[in-house]
This record gives sequence, structure tokens and C-alpha cells, in this order.
Amino acid sequence: MDIELILKVYPYFLEAAVVTIELSVLTVLLGLICGALAAAARMSRFRLLRIIGAVYVSVFRGTPALIQLFLLYFGGPQIGIQLDAFEAGVIGLGLNIGAYMAETMRGAIVSVDGGQTEAARTLGLSRAQAFRKVTLPQAMRLMIRPLGVNINAQIKGTALVAAISVVELTYTAQRYIGSTYKPFEMFFLAGVLYIIIITVTGKGITYLDRKARLP
Amino acid sequence: MGLDFTVVPAYLDTILIGVLWTIAITVCAAILSFFGGILLAVIALYAPWFLRLPVRFFAWLFMGTPLLLQLFLIYFGLVQLGIDLPAFVAGVIGLGLHFAVYNSELIQTAILAVDKGQMEAARTLGCSRSQALRKVVIPQAVRDVIPPIGNNMIALLKDSALVSVIGVSELTLSSQLAIGRTYRPFEFYAVAAVFYYIVNLGMEAVMRRIERKTSLSR
Repeated sequence: MDIELILKVYPYFLEAAVVTIELSVLTVLLGLICGALAAAARMSRFRLLRIIGAVYVSVFRGTPALIQLFLLYFGGPQIGIQLDAFEAGVIGLGLNIGAYMAETMRGAIVSVDGGQTEAARTLGLSRAQAFRKVTLPQAMRLMIRPLGVNINAQIKGTALVAAISVVELTYTAQRYIGSTYKPFEMFFLAGVLYIIIITVTGKGITYLDRKARLP
Repeated sequence: MGLDFTVVPAYLDTILIGVLWTIAITVCAAILSFFGGILLAVIALYAPWFLRLPVRFFAWLFMGTPLLLQLFLIYFGLVQLGIDLPAFVAGVIGLGLHFAVYNSELIQTAILAVDKGQMEAARTLGCSRSQALRKVVIPQAVRDVIPPIGNNMIALLKDSALVSVIGVSELTLSSQLAIGRTYRPFEFYAVAAVFYYIVNLGMEAVMRRIERKTSLSR
């Protein structure tokens, strides 16, 4: 292990880790929005919306994220979508994780006992009120942990944007592996930073989950 | 520049060969990850500490870092150690190890969930500890986690696109080859997406079949 080299290059890795964190936060936010919309569409009363939601989820879960990213970044200009690599990364990966999150959210909502809605309706709440005030709060409690799994996967998933040359952790590691021929050192350095990011996020999710848990 | 899918048929054979390579690498890596997962699970649970601790550390490292980074490590790291593997083999090892770690976590939980009486009964009947594990406990444990392992294998198929970056000419790299000649990224990535989707459907069907065959409640 070449400690001297690690001490020399680690500031670049720290900078890259900030980009990885930015990408993670933005893609997760976009994913949550897309996921919520798609989950709502899939459970809608309107057939067309249900079909659109199902197609979105099926297509984005049925093809590799890397292909989706390439299609958007390299193929986008052909259909008039001009994005820089970072934007394409956020939008591509956000849409991808959104499809997975949609299923997580739908699963949580479906697993809330149907009797809850019935009881709320009996008490005079409208369908929308019953959903907003009774079903959703219970479902949100259930979805924290599985969404945490999605988020954990997404943090690692941000590495894909290295393939479209966004300078984040994996790209930086790859570049330094190429220039120093020290793959183990560079893997170690990037790996430690990824594990720190994932561990901190994981602790945050566990905290939220415990807070939301019923006593 | 509009879309023009008429350029696709000329490269269809290149793409189809890519599909075959994608299937080949997925199947090889899936087999490696399945048996590797069982092996890692047994080591993590039963081996002496000098084997157990390194394996747990390795698992922790592999679960906390991106597959792409691991592929770079394996591909360039092995070269540095003087082992010059073909890209395909490096890809299978990288994908296989990555998913072996995930499978191992599932299998460990399942082994612990198999009733203790099974092991005791096997021991009473004269099996050694390793025989009891191999013939009684592990088959039951693995059967319990076939559905989640199937999900991992479907994820593996999609992640196999990543090995294009280390030069395995599977579906993604074949499409890039065609793009390099025609400068038509949208068309060929869209075609690749369609093929991935089809292979994915096939894989889901295979997994459902395996699930049905292995579940107790038929």
C-alpha cells in the first residue's frame, strides 16, 4: 500500500466525493418525485394513467440504467434534447431510480389494511381525504426502510455517470488507476469514501425509521 | 439530425452476437454468484476466524462500493499482479463476485432460519457436521431464498451492461461499435434497450419456472 501516493491524491477524491453526494441527493429527489407520480398513476382510476405508469415502471426496470443514460446523453441531441453530462446523469439516473421507488411506494400503500379506508369513509371522509389523512401517513411509515434500500443502491448507482465522463468518485478512481497503475490504492481510497457516504445515509434512514415507528 | 432506423438492419448481426454474449456472461456470472454465494455464506457462518473475518471484510467492501469501481479494480488490478485475463473472464469474475456477496447475505439469513432440529436429526442419523450442512441444511436454506436470488439474477442481467467498459463485446459494446460506424446513437441504444427488455422478459420467465419447481407448495 503506497501511503505517500494516497496522501498526495486524496484531496481530488474528496472533491469527487462531493460530486457523488450532489448526484446522489439530486437523483434521489428526482426519483422520489417520479416515483410518487408513477405510483399515483398506477393506482389511478383512469385506465390511461394506469397504463402510462405501468409502461414507465416496466421499461425503466426492464433495461439497464447504463443504456438509459447513453440513450439520453448521446441520443438526446438527435431528438432535440441537449444536456451536459451532469444534467443527463441526474435526469437519467433519477428517472431510473424513480421506477424502482414507484414500486416501493405502491407496495407500501397497498399493504395498508383496506379496513382503514373503509373506516375513514364511514366516518364521513371523502376518498381523497381518507387517502391523505389515513392511508398515506401509515404507508409512509412503512416505506421508509425499503426506500432506504433504493437510496443505498442509488448512491452506488451514481458511479454509472463515470461512463459519460462526469468527474465523480469512480471516474476519478479510474483516471488515477490509469495514470498511477496503483489500482488497489485507488480502489481503497474511493471505496472508503463510498462506504462513509453509505454508512452515514444508512444511519440517517435507520434514525428516521425508528422515529416513525409506532411505540 | 432526425431519427433513421433504416441503418439498423445492416448491423443486426453484430447486435445479435452481442445479445448472445450478454446471455453468456449473465449465465456464467449467475452460476458463479450462486455457488460462490453458498460458499461465502458457509465461510461467513462456520469457518474459523482467520477465514471468516477476511470474508466478512470482503463482503462489507463489496456491498458498499459500486460494481463499476469493482470491475475497474479486477480488470486493472489483475493486470498489475501479472494475471492477464481475457475481458470476458474478468467480467464474469467481477459480476459473479459482486452478486455472490449479495446472494451470500440472503443465504446466511436462510441458513440461520432453518430449524435447528434438522441439523440435530441429521447428526443423530450419523451424518458428520459437513454432511449435515451439505445434504440437509443448505438445500432447505437455498430453496427458501430462490425468489430473492432470482431478483438478484435479473439485476445481474441489467448490470452486465457495465462490463462493456472493460471491453467485453456484449450487447452494449456491440451497439457502440455500430454507433461508431454510423453516428446514430439514439437508434442503436434504443435497439439495445429493446433487446435487453426482451432478454429480461425471458429471464423473468425462467426464474418463475425455477421458483415453481423448487417451492414446496406446488
